[in-house]
Amino acid sequence: MTRSEPRHLDGAPTMASARVRQPRPRSSDGPAALLMVAPALLGLILFVVIPFVLAVSLSFTNQRLLSPNPTEFVGLQNYTRLLSVRPLVIPAPRDASGQVLRDEEGHIDFPRVRSVIRGNDRLDGYKDVLTLDVGTRRVAMIARDPVFWRALLNTLTFALLVVPLQCGLALLLAMLVNQKLPGVPFFRTVFFSPVVASMVVLSIVWSFLYDRQFGLINQLLTAASFGRVAPIDWLGNPSTAMLAIVIMSAWQGMGFQMVIFLAGLQGIPQELYEAADLDGANAWQRFRFVTLPGLRNTMVFVLTTTAIAALGLFTQVDVMTQGGPNGATTTIMLHAVRSGFREQDIAYGSAITVVFFLMILMLAFIQRRLVLGGNK
Amino acid sequence: MTTLRRRKSSVKAGRVLNITLTYAVLIFFAFLFIFPMLFMFVSSLKANEAIFADLRSIRAFLPVGDLSWDNFRYVFERGNFPRYLLNSVVITGSTVALSILVNSMAAYSLARLRWRGRSAVMLAIVALLVVPFDAIAIPMLLMVSRLPGVAFGAEGMTLTDSWFNTHIVQIFPFVASAFTIFLFYQFFLDLPKELDEAARVDGATPFQIYWKIVMPLAKPVIATVAILQSLAMWNQYLWPIMAVQSAEARPVMPGIQEFFTRSPEWGQIMAYSSLVTLPLLIIFILFQRFFVRSVATGGLKG
Repeated sequence: MTRSEPRHLDGAPTMASARVRQPRPRSSDGPAALLMVAPALLGLILFVVIPFVLAVSLSFTNQRLLSPNPTEFVGLQNYTRLLSVRPLVIPAPRDASGQVLRDEEGHIDFPRVRSVIRGNDRLDGYKDVLTLDVGTRRVAMIARDPVFWRALLNTLTFALLVVPLQCGLALLLAMLVNQKLPGVPFFRTVFFSPVVASMVVLSIVWSFLYDRQFGLINQLLTAASFGRVAPIDWLGNPSTAMLAIVIMSAWQGMGFQMVIFLAGLQGIPQELYEAADLDGANAWQRFRFVTLPGLRNTMVFVLTTTAIAALGLFTQVDVMTQGGPNGATTTIMLHAVRSGFREQDIAYGSAITVVFFLMILMLAFIQRRLVLGGNK
Repeated sequence: MTTLRRRKSSVKAGRVLNITLTYAVLIFFAFLFIFPMLFMFVSSLKANEAIFADLRSIRAFLPVGDLSWDNFRYVFERGNFPRYLLNSVVITGSTVALSILVNSMAAYSLARLRWRGRSAVMLAIVALLVVPFDAIAIPMLLMVSRLPGVAFGAEGMTLTDSWFNTHIVQIFPFVASAFTIFLFYQFFLDLPKELDEAARVDGATPFQIYWKIVMPLAKPVIATVAILQSLAMWNQYLWPIMAVQSAEARPVMPGIQEFFTRSPEWGQIMAYSSLVTLPLLIIFILFQRFFVRSVATGGLKG
């Protein structure tokens, strides 16, 4: 960081102080310096600070994108709608003798969540997000905005799957192309090429590859398993759609993390490896006790930036599935854009992005703590 | 002696095995990385029926059969593609040029000149690094819908009462960037002090020093910024789908969506996709040293 400047009452250094602190007067820097910094500051204030302040302040109003009605302050209304979530326990229905009622297949015949909510005035406006059966009870997660909670769970699932997959393979590739072998630059280029291509284009190509009937991925699976694996409807099936997007996203972004790991690997002093060799360390021990500790800060940086990027998941989903099937791939950003732009509810969209920003901020703090903690 | 030689030969055998294994893994991954884009390029040369017919074999990846440029011709003749392409070139070019100028000037002032409040401003800029564009896009939409601006269209320049559907709405928000200032700032801090001092003695103004002495030295940072910014701008998607609904100012990526809905012919979609991917891919292969280095330095801020 910069050193703090000596403060002068009038902004210009007096002759005496100038003589003490610096060999020549530099009073001419004032206007020129401010002129040079002004355009960028103006841009940052207009397009980062003001929208940020707007995001926070609009989230307490009922502002719409195009509406003749005046904007009103509504307090925490947007946030209560967004964040109201609670569990709902539904006990199994029993007949007069206390026996649990079951259908022909032996499944407990639970009442529909919707009808339970309807029978309870205090749950007005709640809808179910997901249900889980525990013994003879059914636990439902219900919320005022079920789409948001679904989106939050989906986004976290995506991040938890994509971060280890993408960063782990990126490290593997970085170690492979870090060797001085002929042809390595070619492989490095190949692994980086999807980063250069656009996510929109790749999403379109991959939707074709994932197609149940014609997709090359199913053709390859069928060929490799001699027809034992039935074709999978990757993007059309709620249980595989998110996985399909994880695989495609990791494939696209991996080259970027590979290059950063490569820079980190080249920063590890060669002497450490030589010392490890002298001590008779095998390959795994070299990796475990020299490479990993040497990559500590790179690792923290790569993991947190990948996680932050993962939370903003939007483009792939928007192009490949539009959040479907059945909301299985809806994400926070998709919900924010749908509310704020397509439904023109700027206030609610702003509230969603404020929550999104707080998640990012938390990750950024974790990153700082880990880096500073490691350098003590 | 003999034991030594034997040990050497066993080490050598291990090394050969290692190298073989390395190449096997590299080639396996290379296949995984190449095949989607190879499929895209090859399919763009085929008619729709041929693409589906070739799917059952290795032919899907080979430029064989009845090849033609018809798909490309169609993309250029029937759609708005030439306009989208021009929009993307204009938007990317002007954003990158303005961004380099504005941010380097600010960074120079912050790193090399003395003025009150300098460190507080720098601290604020570092704090802004954590605000991602996604988190401010929605309120910004409301803001730009009410800004008076100019639009460049078929009728020439017109004044508008909103920034929607203009080129400027896709340029100005991305010019000033805390991250770019930070990259230049770090570079300028490390330049030797004698540079400015000698020039000052000769009576150069701060702006002259910046323009004639400091900027020519900053070529590596300029390259880094140009590359990262071009990538981000060329591939813009979220912002233009919200702020631009007319074909007049639409760039290439949202253009694909629109093209896709009008023509579900896979050959043509692949041709469009190839056309918008190739420019960056060729630039990348030509300047790949720069590319890789810029990501390594641009990625490591901290």
